[in-house]
Amino acid sequence: MKSASDIARDVQSGTSSAASELDVALAQIRARNGELNIFLYVDEEGAQRTAAALDERIQRGEQIGPLAGVPVALKDNLCQTGIPTTCSSKILEGWRPPYNATVIDRLLVAGAVPVGKTNLDEFAMGSSTENSAFGPTLNPLDTSRVPGGSSGGSAAAVAADMTPLALGSDTGGSIRQPAALCGLVGVKPTYGLVSRYGLIAFASSLDQIGPLTKNVRDAALLLEVIAGHDPLDSTSLPEPAPSLSSHVNDGVAGKRVGLVRELIDGADADVMASVERAADALREAGATIVELSVPEFRLGLSAYYLIAPAEASSNLARFDGVRYGLRVNGDDVTSMMEATRTAGFGEEVKRRIMLGTYALSAGYFDAYYGQALKVRTLTINAFARAYHQADFLLGATTPSVAFAFGAKTSDPMAMYLSDVFTIPSNLAGEPAISVPFGTGDAGLPVGVQLLGPGRSEALLFAGARVLEIADGRS
Amino acid sequence: MSLTNGWEMVVGLEVHTELKTATKMFCGCANSFGSLPNTNVCPVCLGLPGSLPVLNARAVELAMAIGVALHSTIAPSTFHRKNYFYPDMPKDFQISQYDLPINVGGFLDLPDGSRISIERAHLEEDTGKSTHLGGSGRIHGADRSLVDYNRSGVPLVEIVSGPDIRSSTQARDYASELRGILMATGASDGRMEEGSMRIDANVSVRKVGQPLGTRCEIKNLNSLRSLQRAIDYEAHRQTVILEEGGRVRQETRHWDENLATTSTMRVKEEADDYRYFREPDLVDLIPDEAWQARIREGLPPMPAERRSMLGARLHEPSDSLLGAVSVVVDLDLDAYVSSARDAGVPAELALPRAANELATDLGGLSNLSFEAFTATLLMERSGELSPTQAKSVLAELLASGGEPRAIAAKKGYEQLETGAVASVVAQLIEEHPDEWSRYRDGDEKLAQFFIGQVMKRTKGQANGKDVIAELHAKR
Amino acid sequence: MSEPLRREDVAHVAKLARLILSEDELNRFTQQLSQVLEHAHDMNSLDLANLVATAHPFGLVNVVRDDVTRPSLDHDVVIAMAPDAQDGRFAVPRILGEAP
Ligand SMILES: [Zn+2]
Repeated sequence: MKSASDIARDVQSGTSSAASELDVALAQIRARNGELNIFLYVDEEGAQRTAAALDERIQRGEQIGPLAGVPVALKDNLCQTGIPTTCSSKILEGWRPPYNATVIDRLLVAGAVPVGKTNLDEFAMGSSTENSAFGPTLNPLDTSRVPGGSSGGSAAAVAADMTPLALGSDTGGSIRQPAALCGLVGVKPTYGLVSRYGLIAFASSLDQIGPLTKNVRDAALLLEVIAGHDPLDSTSLPEPAPSLSSHVNDGVAGKRVGLVRELIDGADADVMASVERAADALREAGATIVELSVPEFRLGLSAYYLIAPAEASSNLARFDGVRYGLRVNGDDVTSMMEATRTAGFGEEVKRRIMLGTYALSAGYFDAYYGQALKVRTLTINAFARAYHQADFLLGATTPSVAFAFGAKTSDPMAMYLSDVFTIPSNLAGEPAISVPFGTGDAGLPVGVQLLGPGRSEALLFAGARVLEIADGRS
Repeated sequence: MSLTNGWEMVVGLEVHTELKTATKMFCGCANSFGSLPNTNVCPVCLGLPGSLPVLNARAVELAMAIGVALHSTIAPSTFHRKNYFYPDMPKDFQISQYDLPINVGGFLDLPDGSRISIERAHLEEDTGKSTHLGGSGRIHGADRSLVDYNRSGVPLVEIVSGPDIRSSTQARDYASELRGILMATGASDGRMEEGSMRIDANVSVRKVGQPLGTRCEIKNLNSLRSLQRAIDYEAHRQTVILEEGGRVRQETRHWDENLATTSTMRVKEEADDYRYFREPDLVDLIPDEAWQARIREGLPPMPAERRSMLGARLHEPSDSLLGAVSVVVDLDLDAYVSSARDAGVPAELALPRAANELATDLGGLSNLSFEAFTATLLMERSGELSPTQAKSVLAELLASGGEPRAIAAKKGYEQLETGAVASVVAQLIEEHPDEWSRYRDGDEKLAQFFIGQVMKRTKGQANGKDVIAELHAKR
Repeated sequence: MSEPLRREDVAHVAKLARLILSEDELNRFTQQLSQVLEHAHDMNSLDLANLVATAHPFGLVNVVRDDVTRPSLDHDVVIAMAPDAQDGRFAVPRILGEAP
């Protein structure tokens, strides 16, 4: 599949057109979506109108933005005006938002063509996309396995060559983990770098929107487009979008890379081997490898599984049948709300709402939620300590390659444990990238993770690019 | 009313005031009363998925102004979510300040010299409004309710007093003084009838000197009168319970203005678990010194100061004049009085004219310039207009504007010549010989009688001073 | 913190969260939530007393907007979302209790 930067160049120059690039995408979606269950909604007409308008502007000699004519897949927790937005939940079935998420406005300004909404674990709660009310998404690389989650649909869309770019959201690894399992580049940006306005919240203090792409350069390009201050998000960083794609080829000469034991321990042997070879590749490119131990990272899981459900229990209260979405009737308003929520939410969402409500409730707050916020501080301090010794950190993204359907569904704790390597970056609000490096069990891709301090995206892209080249992917 | 038998009431008030901003607390929708239902709503104040709040700077400034006026400390503050399900609350949580409010501590001095402590004054958002269909129109017995979210997200400041109030009169005075302060800061229009200022009263009773008793919270106090009556009723109810050896149950009670009683609204339950936690979509609010100073400097004088400014010039501050001072300050008519006074009209004349004549037609103030008010009173002072005529000119000015002298001419208020007054006085002396002889014997009260009679006969066109001069001359 | 999660705690939480759980779910959730909370006890091994809680990753302060109106949504669009509406308002079945 053509890269996003090639498409944009060809569309702008007239060697291709937005309409024909869209046709390629739509053809692939038609060919494989039935089997893989990636898109919940394909906005064929809207995308064709957008593409036609772009082509007309180009014919008039206008300069379109950096994503001219590039088809993009959107995780279905991003609000797009008039387009069904479900969060893969029955509770939002039929709802069409009356407004655009900020990232979608920015995509449109850059000339991108949104083609549709992709499947996810309901309300982004899960690591396999099996928790969707609309059925699981299949991993295009091996349809007996999960694509990861919660941005499994977005990852699969890129992996199945449907679109070169996709947006996901990452609360505890939901971009990086499916990127790893589908052989893609996935970025969780610095908290506040990308506006959350229009992203249906899972855990507000952890959520970030980010790119899923085939290569590092496209990821940098897409992140540049969606990043930068947004006055509609109070937690948005005050500065404009940083320049990223210009730093992709900066290399890592002279950089210190921290190989963190806690980000490898417990991973399968094939994954561990990939991380070690990645360290070698970085060393060969002129970096020094420092072996580090950051024991606090292990506690991140406990803190995360209290903080995220706590915020979620409050964020998901609004789905009560009063204003939009599903309503199941009841004799009085409380019965109506209970009936609606009971019918509308799936089991994993209920489990997390229960957990979060409990963690916030009177008598338990200090012991659970209060304690978890302190562990969050501990994690931040631990990262800061590590960055005295290293410019960025290296570890695995996930403990294993893509696993089979049903492998972890009966044991929520086992599923939660698979997020152990990705969670620390969300707790600290710091950026991390998963980049494919080598293959493991059954020839499936392995993702390695680069983690950096706040606002260090350019450095991480440079590191990821070194690995991409070393892995034989131009 | 005070309690007997050694009982005293302990009252604290929670006053919610809507802030007079152009937009809501967290979105750009208009903050306006009386629009068609669900027309001032957007993704944020409807709680649509994906929407995020951004704090209104003006709301923060008005909250700080309230704090400054109440001698509070402006402190670093945060926002929390108060979680509970209710259909008029679009997110099913309310964004409110919790353990770290913007204004901490403070006090309010009442006109009678007593001081009520302020615990806090914090920012929070308002809810939507429900209309109940079927039954009596109240929530109980209704079949169905309709919700309008225009009010959802309107900025509120909740001002919590200490439990320092000891009588319903004092509660009323506190609320009234606070209302004046809120209006003076520009934070509120003080309209209780439109719900822009709402009061809850925490009432308990105890034997003097004993620890605090169990309190009840009284809601639905829509006027100062309801506030006073409800507190009296509730304190009496609790006293009776305790006298009979019973126990007061902690609960929220509803004041029914028609029945003049309070009744149980909801009992404090274990289920009242609001799961407060920091609102992750908002950041800390830490107004720096410069911002605070701008607010302090921009603050106009508060009612107490204005009352003392207006009262200071009175030679003999009678109760009625002091009453007029209060009315003038309450109704924000100070500028009329001071501009008249600066032009040489005595405060003793300007105050009652403002407190009585202007107060009857506040809507007409836009027609009445300070200059026209002053000119009218100067004509009255010089004797060109009688008091009755001056009042009538003011009424006309309020009704349709214009120029006082032209109005007086149009009304035919050419005052009677002194000669004409003399002949009327002579006539009256003939008709009322008894009164005249008592007046001559030194009963000064009779002067008023004769003045009144002259005015009646001349339809107010005589000048009072001329009449007195004539009476003196004939005495 | 060490006392085990009871079935009635889970039932109480379900009520707070406006969820109706079947007997089966109640049992399952009690067991699964216990497991997660049990895992969270690893935080107890730490002395966290001197640490400040972090609610936000970055310390932004005083993020405010000007008091300037922005367009509201079109009324018809708003009401079209409603599962039930009457007279331009969102309709709900009877409300049994006053707001707290
Ligand atoms: Zn709004």
